[in-house]
Amino acid sequence: MKNHSLALKLSAGFGFLFLYAPIVALIIYSFNESKLVTVWGGWSLKWYVELFQNEQIMNAAWVSLKIAFISATLASILGTLAGFVLSRMGKFRGKTMMAGWVTAPLVMPEVITGLSLLLLFVAMESMFGWPAGRGTTTIVIAHTTFCLAYVAVVVQSRLSSLDETLEEAAMDLGAKPVSLFFLITLPLISPAILSGWLLSFTLSLDDLVIASFVSGPGNSTLPMVIFSKVRLGVTPEINALATLMILVVSVAVIAAIFIMRRQNRFQNP
Amino acid sequence: MSVSSVSPIVTTQTMPTWRQKDAEPFVRIEQINKTFGDFTAVNNVSLDIYKNELFCLLGGSGSGKSTLLRMLAGFESPTSGSIIIDGVDMSNVPPWERPVNMMFQSYALFPHLTVEANVAFGLKREGLPSREVKQRVADILEMVQMGHLARRKPHMLSGGQRQRVALARSLVKRPKLLLLDEPLGALDKKLREETQFELMRLQDELGITFVVVTHDQEEAMTLATRIGVMNNGEIVQTAEPHEVYEYPNNRFVAEFIGNVNLFRGTVVSDERDSAAIQCDDTNGLIALDHGISCAPNQLVNVAIRPEKMRIAREPSSAQNNSAEGVITEVAYMGSQSIYKVRLLSGKEVRITQPNSHRDTGERLTWDDHVYLSWDADSSVVLTS
Repeated sequence: MKNHSLALKLSAGFGFLFLYAPIVALIIYSFNESKLVTVWGGWSLKWYVELFQNEQIMNAAWVSLKIAFISATLASILGTLAGFVLSRMGKFRGKTMMAGWVTAPLVMPEVITGLSLLLLFVAMESMFGWPAGRGTTTIVIAHTTFCLAYVAVVVQSRLSSLDETLEEAAMDLGAKPVSLFFLITLPLISPAILSGWLLSFTLSLDDLVIASFVSGPGNSTLPMVIFSKVRLGVTPEINALATLMILVVSVAVIAAIFIMRRQNRFQNP
Repeated sequence: MSVSSVSPIVTTQTMPTWRQKDAEPFVRIEQINKTFGDFTAVNNVSLDIYKNELFCLLGGSGSGKSTLLRMLAGFESPTSGSIIIDGVDMSNVPPWERPVNMMFQSYALFPHLTVEANVAFGLKREGLPSREVKQRVADILEMVQMGHLARRKPHMLSGGQRQRVALARSLVKRPKLLLLDEPLGALDKKLREETQFELMRLQDELGITFVVVTHDQEEAMTLATRIGVMNNGEIVQTAEPHEVYEYPNNRFVAEFIGNVNLFRGTVVSDERDSAAIQCDDTNGLIALDHGISCAPNQLVNVAIRPEKMRIAREPSSAQNNSAEGVITEVAYMGSQSIYKVRLLSGKEVRITQPNSHRDTGERLTWDDHVYLSWDADSSVVLTS
């Protein structure tokens, strides 16, 4: 980290500014005393207090966290299975198609994902009466669908970089397929699954578009509530809420990075 | 290269089992084939391995030796043919039920488990009581001198230490058959030699049958009771180390193991206890002290090891088994010197001579005119 030219330092500084200045501004203004968002009135925690007293926001936060937790967990299980099939089943009919399906949500515009899921849910309800109406369940299903893709990709890449002789060694030492999976394979890919879970959690927490399509009355997620509030004008309360969300998401992402890095060090001593 | 040493572990007084006619083989490989798509990895291999042997499969990369080992372990199933271990047909026996353990080339230690847990893994799968597991793990780690590092994770060990853990892990279940895939490949020279002797000691002590895969002829020579030389998926010769070196049965084996000079010639006489080959390369007759059961006028290759030829400034008194040429290269190696000589026919020959005397100022050197000679029992006739 020495002898870097001035131009490099400047561009690094500019990059940081570009990325983080808006966030820093938001965080600072969340501690603003003034009722007007753009006028500085001194430091205060008053908007955080108000935030925690706002029942609508608190409910939405609870709904969001619940949905994020459940869909991240479901996505981790299903995504791990999909990753397994893609990396271990060798060549089978329809493998390319499955790989395409699994990764489609990564590139599909959210509006289309949301709309198609909405149509599916409506059709399913009229055909078998489930899911009855739209609410938490449909949001969980929708979020699981697109988060699964991320987990599958992470797990698949982990599995294909995994030394297969480790699994052979376990079999050689007498491990049957089930104990092989739980004692060797799962522990070795668990960092990938965990970081996939954290990623899914933040993606679910952040999602506005898909949730708007598939949620029903009384089941607004936090981003939906924020969005509807902001349309009536930004209140300092929202700044406080946004600051808290940034905190949660950053912790999750940093944890995911940390886990992946630790695993790499551990695998390649 | 010191491949001339004969395997030192054939020490039993009785005749080794593989030389007895009616001995029951411990591992019987019968007409095994393995193809991957269009590629034939193992081609019609039949092989008997006896109890307490240390059998080396020797061959270059792609010779099929690793595939054969993986079929013994059960990771690959043969396309046709059968493997019988200790009287049991292994065709439908999965790897986790075979009385076989393997030491992997990469060691394949479980990175998330400690040394202790790695070694205990196999015993726990057998459902042994935890006290016995603990005892056996401690014993075997002591034997490979890794007891003091039992709680470390594999990434905190050096290459040599990992190798010893891998060895302990493959031995702790007391398998009937131990497979080793290039066991010494990743070690430096000094550690290799130590480990070679350690393996031989273990084999003596534990009475396990070993099958070792290696591409290193020196390793095979030192370790093995018998060597199976593989080429293009086939076993081309199976014999004791000194036989493989002294009596190769074809050109590939002669050239693969050690250095060899090959001369082309025509059989002119072939009696029961003598034979002669007219050779244009040496401009003379190569006489042998044994018959070779060849057709008259058959074209053959005569192989002579570099250390079995003598080099001198004066012609030898014998008429046959000699040649004449000019030194083109000299390499002084301390204990021995290597000479390259261009014969009158233009053929290049390699000769190694021990430097049994101190330099007297009359050393052979570049462009010296020299005479080569060898004994009637030094050459081997190869018909394939």
